[in-house]
Amino acid sequence: MSLKYRAGHGEEAVELDLRDPRIAALLAWLWPGAGHFYQRRFMKGFLFMICIVATFMYGLVIGRGRVVYASFRPNDFRWQFICQSGFGMPSLLALAQSVKVKNDRDPFFVMAERYPRGYKDAKGQLREYELIAANERQNFQERPIRDGFMAPPKEPILKDKNDVLGMWHAEMRYFFDLGTLFTVVAGLLNVLVIYDAFAGPAIHAAPDEEEGAG
Amino acid sequence: MNMLLLGSIWDAQIWYAVPLIVVISLVYGGTRHEHLKEIVGHSVRAAIWLIVFLGIIFALVWWANMQV
Repeated sequence: MSLKYRAGHGEEAVELDLRDPRIAALLAWLWPGAGHFYQRRFMKGFLFMICIVATFMYGLVIGRGRVVYASFRPNDFRWQFICQSGFGMPSLLALAQSVKVKNDRDPFFVMAERYPRGYKDAKGQLREYELIAANERQNFQERPIRDGFMAPPKEPILKDKNDVLGMWHAEMRYFFDLGTLFTVVAGLLNVLVIYDAFAGPAIHAAPDEEEGAG
Repeated sequence: MNMLLLGSIWDAQIWYAVPLIVVISLVYGGTRHEHLKEIVGHSVRAAIWLIVFLGIIFALVWWANMQV
């Protein structure tokens, strides 16, 4: 299916071939700008890709890879993920991580490990360093904690008590919220880009104009 | 307290708003036009609108702070 788009008048007149808008929208959701490349709208494709991917990646970097995760547990309802999932590729990775860590399993791409005092690994080797603070130990017993890239914080998530999410906030200070903000903004902006790939630019035509979108 | 609010302008954290304003303006302009010249024009107007809007919020917070 190929869809022609016409809108605007005078210097702003635009005529486009949106090709298959559903495929374009899917590609735009997976990777910002990919839908526009599919429609051969290269300038806008580059513009959207640079703006949104850079914003998302910057947020992810200052949030140390932890600010995008899928978790809808009672004490950790991550509503920001709904906004972040406007950018499909990383949100799919985050969903895969949330499935992987179910039943207390370790995530893919472990970025940091924390061990209780005296913890011995599978080979019986004593891990010398300790990253769990004394007042947090009772919550984690003798289990090691592994933070994964875009993986949810390890359970238990405790209300008003120390937990892994609390550790992240303490370690990253305001960068956790700032990283969340950047990734949320990038995800929401990509919703506009998906619409643009699906239906063309939202140009306001004059009321008496015969030409119209679609 | 007012001086703290004023001082926050020079604090590093507020400058994180600058790339966000640029990106939001460009993407917003980009979804409303097809040609670069019009996209840039719309983006500049959107950026000015955003800065003024944020400025008004700042002024309101400043004024509310003066009343305390």
